[in-house]
Amino acid sequence: MKPVVDPMLKKRDDFEDMLEERRNSSDLRYALKCYTPVLYKGLTPCKVSELKQMVLQSDQLGYVITQVSKEKGVTSDEVTGEAAAILEEMAQRLQLSTVRFFAFTLSKVFKTLFRSICINEEGLQRLQQAIHNHPVVLLPSHRSYMDFLLMSYILYTYDLALPVIAAGMDFMGMKVVGEMLRMSGAFFIRRSFGGDKLYWAVFSEYVKIMLKNGYAPVEFFLEGTRSRTAKSLTPKLGLLNIVMDPFLKGEVFDISLVPVSISYERTLEEALYARELLGVPKPKESTSGLFKARKILSEDYGSIHVYFGQPVSVRSLAESRVNRSQFNLIPRHIPTRPSEEILSFVNDSAYRLVRAQEENMVLKPWVLLAFVLLQKQAAEEKQGTALDELTEQAVWLRDLSRQYGAFLHWPDHIPPSEVVSSSLSLHRGLVRISEGRVQLALEQGLLYPGFVILSCASYRNQALNVFIRPALLASAIHTAASNRKQEIYNSFSFLRNMFSNEFILCPGATVQDFEEACYLLVKTGTLQINQQEVLITERGHRTLAFLTSVLDPFLQGYQVREMHTQRHSVVFNTNGLTEKQFIPAVRKFIIKHLLTGSLLKCRLRYTEVLSSDLQKNALAALIRLGAVQKIKGYVGFTHLHVHVGLIG
Amino acid sequence: MASNSSGSDSSDRQRIAQQRLSVIAGHLQRPVEGNSGILAAECKAQGDKLDVSSERRTVPRRRQEIMKWNGWGYSDSKFLYNKKGQAEFTGKRYRLSGMIIPGLREWMESTFSANLQHKTPAAPILNSSAVQPPTLNEAFLKELKSTGIPFSHDAEDRVFRSHGHCLHEIFALREGKIGRVPDLVVWPNCHNDVVKIVELACKHNVCLIPYGGGTSVSSALECPPEETRSIVSLDTSQMNRILWIDEKNLTAHVEAGIVGQDLERLLNESGYCTGHEPDSMEFSSLGGWVATRASGMKKNIYGNIEDLVVHIKMVTPRGVIEKSCQGPRMSTGPDVHHFIMGSEGTLGVVTEVTMKIRPMPEYQKYGSVVFPNFEMGVACLREVARQRCAPASIRLMDNEQFKFGHALKPQVSSIFTSFLDGLKKFYITKFKGFDPNRLCVATLLFEGDREKVLQHEKQVYDIAAKFGGLAAGEDNGQRGYMLTFVIAYLRDLGMDYYVIGESFETSMPWDRVLDICRNVKARIVRECKDKGVQFPPLSTCRVTQTYDAGACVYFYFAFNYRGLSDPVHVYEQVEHAAREEILANGGSLSHHHGVGKLRKEWMRESISSVGMGMLKSVKDYVDPNNIFGNRNLL
Repeated sequence: MKPVVDPMLKKRDDFEDMLEERRNSSDLRYALKCYTPVLYKGLTPCKVSELKQMVLQSDQLGYVITQVSKEKGVTSDEVTGEAAAILEEMAQRLQLSTVRFFAFTLSKVFKTLFRSICINEEGLQRLQQAIHNHPVVLLPSHRSYMDFLLMSYILYTYDLALPVIAAGMDFMGMKVVGEMLRMSGAFFIRRSFGGDKLYWAVFSEYVKIMLKNGYAPVEFFLEGTRSRTAKSLTPKLGLLNIVMDPFLKGEVFDISLVPVSISYERTLEEALYARELLGVPKPKESTSGLFKARKILSEDYGSIHVYFGQPVSVRSLAESRVNRSQFNLIPRHIPTRPSEEILSFVNDSAYRLVRAQEENMVLKPWVLLAFVLLQKQAAEEKQGTALDELTEQAVWLRDLSRQYGAFLHWPDHIPPSEVVSSSLSLHRGLVRISEGRVQLALEQGLLYPGFVILSCASYRNQALNVFIRPALLASAIHTAASNRKQEIYNSFSFLRNMFSNEFILCPGATVQDFEEACYLLVKTGTLQINQQEVLITERGHRTLAFLTSVLDPFLQGYQVREMHTQRHSVVFNTNGLTEKQFIPAVRKFIIKHLLTGSLLKCRLRYTEVLSSDLQKNALAALIRLGAVQKIKGYVGFTHLHVHVGLIG
Repeated sequence: MASNSSGSDSSDRQRIAQQRLSVIAGHLQRPVEGNSGILAAECKAQGDKLDVSSERRTVPRRRQEIMKWNGWGYSDSKFLYNKKGQAEFTGKRYRLSGMIIPGLREWMESTFSANLQHKTPAAPILNSSAVQPPTLNEAFLKELKSTGIPFSHDAEDRVFRSHGHCLHEIFALREGKIGRVPDLVVWPNCHNDVVKIVELACKHNVCLIPYGGGTSVSSALECPPEETRSIVSLDTSQMNRILWIDEKNLTAHVEAGIVGQDLERLLNESGYCTGHEPDSMEFSSLGGWVATRASGMKKNIYGNIEDLVVHIKMVTPRGVIEKSCQGPRMSTGPDVHHFIMGSEGTLGVVTEVTMKIRPMPEYQKYGSVVFPNFEMGVACLREVARQRCAPASIRLMDNEQFKFGHALKPQVSSIFTSFLDGLKKFYITKFKGFDPNRLCVATLLFEGDREKVLQHEKQVYDIAAKFGGLAAGEDNGQRGYMLTFVIAYLRDLGMDYYVIGESFETSMPWDRVLDICRNVKARIVRECKDKGVQFPPLSTCRVTQTYDAGACVYFYFAFNYRGLSDPVHVYEQVEHAAREEILANGGSLSHHHGVGKLRKEWMRESISSVGMGMLKSVKDYVDPNNIFGNRNLL
């Protein structure tokens, strides 16, 4: 077993505010500056059109074209034409002039919206080195539409090679903007192309050729889409698989994967996300919609922190993990389904990278306040919390989270009370302060409090990764029948398994996670652990109570889901529900019970359970655990006798 | 060399033969027999046998009379820095002998950051007291004496047969460190002598290790340290006659101990050649070629050893294995020759071989082509292979080797030549726009009758032109091949100045050539850095053979080890990593060096467990008591 690394020892770089220079010098001159980035040492420069030719003439694509033309009984010229059209629709047309235009406009916009954009410059130096040595893949976290514009903006500012970015086809709907994005390096992929061999071949070859030749760093979002809850999403493997392939097949010596953590003090899409989670459908991306959104320009969104993490070498990830000689016996241009070994390797790597993103995500004091305020709200403290008490709890949480390795930006030179009040004022839309007492700004009506709570929860969620392992352990201790280590481990393992759709928990790392949680709780004096038993120390109770409450809303969410499914299995015994019908049905069910106040014997305290994200994850978990069966798109209850007591 | 000759009369032929051989080796008389520790006795059978060849032989029983004990090749030939600090190659045997090489010093200093002030001289003489006294099997020895076969347990004789030319072997000798060495050396004179020796070894349970030319680079000759029996080195060097030549079938029957240069020279005297020219041909033996599946530089015309061999006789503990006829191809189950070829001395001793021979080529011509980069060069070689028009030899060096080749240019006497060189360089780099840090060169050797050679040459140059290749003259080509023979001497010079290195080879399908070259070179550089090597290493490669379905690639790797406490260990770790990289990228464990003990650990993954079982069961049947106990391969 690997020794647990003390999170307190994590070294992180310092930040510099890149907007400061923008505020002091001409934006126009900046947009027109001389731009000479360091390029990949093995680069053979080529034009956008040559790149397309290389894709169309590649052995890989040629093979698939022949195959498809045989299957469909059309000439290979026709299929090639089709491939060329796909490529045309997909390909980027990176143009420095467009980038310069963005550099100018974004400077103006950013200066209005944000107080600062802080970057770790050492990370950029590492990135520059990485770009010189090997093909680079940039993997930013995804919380906002802003992310990829921001990334290119930073790289342009620091004279680094501009990336090509995998973007969802939905952007193409915005005609002008879509083309502008294309010219700033975006290439567009259809959201789903399941069985389309040709599309897949064009797409994967396009990405691989750009990567292998060192044409530009390739950028994409591991999470696949913006996280509406600010929790990291379970990583998508398709693109990661594609970019690792050239290394696994020996076509390049190594590839550097660079996780980038972008944290927003206030997310631009704050309101939008909450609405979506409550079931108000996502507005379609359109240029006019973008202009309507300009009212956000008048608000203060605090600061952004962007942390460029340590480049991860695919070679070292694969060392003693993957037997590369498995590709020796089939020509490499013939597409093959990745082996189990490769899939699990890519999956584990993806989790590692998402964790690396999480670890370098800067947390603001408000995140901790959100924790406290949500817990108070759930405890139904109607009058709110006194400012002093809020400050005291926030400081306590600050110290705790630091001990757990959180990357917390808490200005230590300012008195805590001021830190708290300035955070509250930035998020004044979500809180109400009266007579020195603070509470969430819940008005009447059901959806509106839901909206505030979900917004607030999305801030709290930013810090969940810091607490998740200790919290799982705390809940395990809470529910285990005895304090025997083995028994606690068993409940830990059960909880962890249940929540593996909800949080980033690397598959197969239960033992490591358990060890890590034990290590943290022992180190902070919460627990004492000997050979057989786990004992709670005198001063450990407060921490444990807090940690247990971290998971409460989620536990309750899963429980509701389960109860709902049970009910339905009685009502719709034979038919079941389609998956699409399911979530609205659950929502209705919850609202009913929130209004009536009780459900079976257990009271529903968390409005958060309304979140469609939570419900989707819960359903996925129940299906995975075999409690619910999915039959041809229908959902039906099988039989559930898992730790019902535990959840209660 | 014979680059511009024509005609086919015999005197001309003879002249070609002499010219060619003067490059390869000098001729030495057979030494006087009966030195201390050696019992002289002629093979009884010799008189009955027909020996078509003359009496001059290169390798004496006492190798120490002409060869270095702790370095490559002849004692009189070596690189050194003279009093003026210029590099010089001593002796008279090679074209480079006696010449000043002005560029070498600068190349060494800039490539390795080596410094003439920092010397690491070798132990000057072999200290016999450092050699363990022999463990002799008295009963075996007594019976051996009665056969009259010469033997010796002299320390020098034993040490000479205890090693090949791996870096760690030579490095240890230079430091005067001597490990387990054979306890006895025997010199059979003919097949029947070998039969007797093997019988006695079986009877007295003595371990036999066959020794041919001693050029192994796979630790194949190392005595297994765990071997407790008396180890007898069976030196085949005195079994070196051509027994007959069959001009009707174009075959020659040869004793397996003959070394390459003698075989070619003797056949040349009759107007024939085998065309088998491995880089080690001055010293390596026919039996060794068979035992390791050797490959020669001109295999495109003549074939590799497995294509050249018609009949093999091998003495095993179970008896003699040979086929009953000399049919050119047979369908008689799996070819038993293929149990013998590549058996690396684990099954028995190859004593006699019938080989194909060819009339000597009427005309030879060297050539070279410069490519703008390595990728283009590989693409050209691939196309040449596709059209099956490869010349006798075609090799592609990468940029580093191209530079190295230039550093080895001897001092030119005429101003005109250097002026011409300058002009060429200007044309290629300035006029044609080749980047001197990317360009690479292919060397060519054409053979055959004059007209065909010229036609062939044109065809190859036309293909090269399609890949941006420019003809770069015969001289460059010829120098490239000459270097093959002196490069091994150069390692000894490096070792005098803190530089150690070695070459290793592999083979792979065409589509992986570039990937393997790039990745292995990069891996070497990275591993050196990780292992604490203070200076950037030399990590270079060349494509040395082309096939229909792939190519053979050589890697050269050397570094300055100043500041390292255990340089050989570092070297071995890096080579190990490089081999892992080769295998991971779809290269083979070896193209022609063999496995020995150095690469044993990868055998199972290379040939599968069932494959291992097959080889094992052959070994178990043929040699159940592990008399041939060098422990190679399995």
